[in-house]
Amino acid sequence: MEILVAILLGVLTASGVFLILRARTFSVVLGLTLLSHAVNLFLFSMGRLHTNAPAVIGEAAQHADPLPQALVLTAIVIGFAMTAFVVVLALRSVLELKNDHVDGVDKNEEPI
Amino acid sequence: MHLMILPILIPLFFGALLTVLHALNIKDQRGLSLLAASAQVVVAIVLLNLAMDGNYSVYQLGNWQAPFGIVLVLDQLSALMLVMISTLSVFCIAYATTGRKKTHDQAGAHFHALIQFQLLGLNGAVLTGDMFNLFVFFEILLIASYALLLHGGGRARSRAGLRYVIINLVGSALFLIALGVLYGITGTLNMADMALRINALPASELPFIHAAGALLLIVFGIKAAMLPLLFWLPRAYAAAAAPIAALFAIMTKIGIYAIIRVFYLVFQNDTGLNEQIFQWLWPLALATLAFGAVGALGAWSLRGLTAWMVIVSVGTLLASVAQHSQPSLAAALFYLLHTTLLTAVFFLLADIFHHYRPGPRDYFVTGPRSQDRILLGGLYFMAAVAFAGLPPLSGFISKFWILQSTSSPWAYALFWPILLVSSLIIIIALSRGGSALLWRQNKQPATTVRAPLLATGIVMTMLLGSILLSVFAQPIMMFTQSTAAQILAPERYIEAVLGGLTDANN
Repeated sequence: MEILVAILLGVLTASGVFLILRARTFSVVLGLTLLSHAVNLFLFSMGRLHTNAPAVIGEAAQHADPLPQALVLTAIVIGFAMTAFVVVLALRSVLELKNDHVDGVDKNEEPI
Repeated sequence: MHLMILPILIPLFFGALLTVLHALNIKDQRGLSLLAASAQVVVAIVLLNLAMDGNYSVYQLGNWQAPFGIVLVLDQLSALMLVMISTLSVFCIAYATTGRKKTHDQAGAHFHALIQFQLLGLNGAVLTGDMFNLFVFFEILLIASYALLLHGGGRARSRAGLRYVIINLVGSALFLIALGVLYGITGTLNMADMALRINALPASELPFIHAAGALLLIVFGIKAAMLPLLFWLPRAYAAAAAPIAALFAIMTKIGIYAIIRVFYLVFQNDTGLNEQIFQWLWPLALATLAFGAVGALGAWSLRGLTAWMVIVSVGTLLASVAQHSQPSLAAALFYLLHTTLLTAVFFLLADIFHHYRPGPRDYFVTGPRSQDRILLGGLYFMAAVAFAGLPPLSGFISKFWILQSTSSPWAYALFWPILLVSSLIIIIALSRGGSALLWRQNKQPATTVRAPLLATGIVMTMLLGSILLSVFAQPIMMFTQSTAAQILAPERYIEAVLGGLTDANN
């Protein structure tokens, strides 16, 4: 199971990083989603992988560490909100800049 | 005593209140916002007084025991940061309310609520003694800053904002990976407890910790704008509305605070774990300093120049922090106070010029003859003297002290020339800017715009702060020296948090 999870995490992270490095906002947003997904799974697995082990003491023969589950909940909530925000921001910049490049050349831009 | 949680509760309460009361007329909103900010100044000063004697105060949230629950820890460093944050925020809020037609706080919705949430994140980040809690407060301050950066709207803000948000989201993901590794290896999130556990780890586990430390350096490097990670900063700070950019002057310093806190406490390892990190930090800091100076020389406008000056100050601070000695840390803390104040002053000055010179705004091009040149010129001259490090103002004292505090041959061979040359370049850039803004004038008829009275008064008051820093340099230096000594004695922090020496809950 560890190897499977490790491969999954690696593939998710690599795809996420690849997409983040793209030039257009849509793929960057997808990349951020994949990366935050990988991070959440990684955090979750930091309590070590168990089967049949609830995060409650005394319910089963062994119990899982509840803390990573609490951490991952926080991380999921923040990640979700931020994805929503970045989607809105990307749409707004498409409307205002008339293109969907993350870091393209803007001829009308003022020098600073 | 529940005083310690007030810097978090006050902005949280007022931020929520201002969100609910968003239909309130703008005068009442300003009143509430200024009231909250002033209350934070009072609380911060009381807390500074409490921390002054070098003792730690520990506040256990919900009375949960230290390594299991979240703790807030007050030491001299966090008290100093709290005072700086709250004082600067009062000026920024006050500045945002000035103006003739459309003031900054009316340019978009929820300005005052967002400022309070930003303060919530900033105050929380400097108080917390828990790694994951640090992440959460970082997120709070970042989310507020995303909205504040976009406040007022416009093309430039959308462009800069998109990049700023994306790079910080990647930073947050890396932060979580680092925390995951640290928790997976040490099994704790409390900073003091983590420091103890890292010390007790077998050598085979240390590479993981080292990797997590390097990831944290990247994360804090994004916040602090360290060299390969700083390209978001100039556009973002130049695009933000002036009072917001002035408040953002704190944000890079929060990255530096986190570097000091994490690498001097959690990674303070007998095997020299933090020394390995500082080996990376040192050349990057010097490169940041040099790069910032080159950028400053190429700036077109006063706000652009100020954004590059932020980078110069970050480079100076990081280089001092990386030297890992008490004198250089103490000098860095004094410089931190000075540079945060002065970069904020310059952002506000740039905004005054923006309204005061209708045609060329704050760009370094010749404009028509204008009114109140002596008043604004005097302010600009004083701020420039203070920032560039010419005697007699605080810039000279702090830079002199930073130079004096170096001890290694590398510092003499590299840090001295780079810092001195970059200071010279800043002097050139500032005098070039000043003569274009105020001195030279074209043949067009003179403008009738007067300098905005209230805004100029606020900037003047802030510059008074630089004079105060110079006049009271001796006591402040004593304080930063004892702060640096406290930072370099992490065992006392650990003892205070885990030993229950001072229990602020009772």
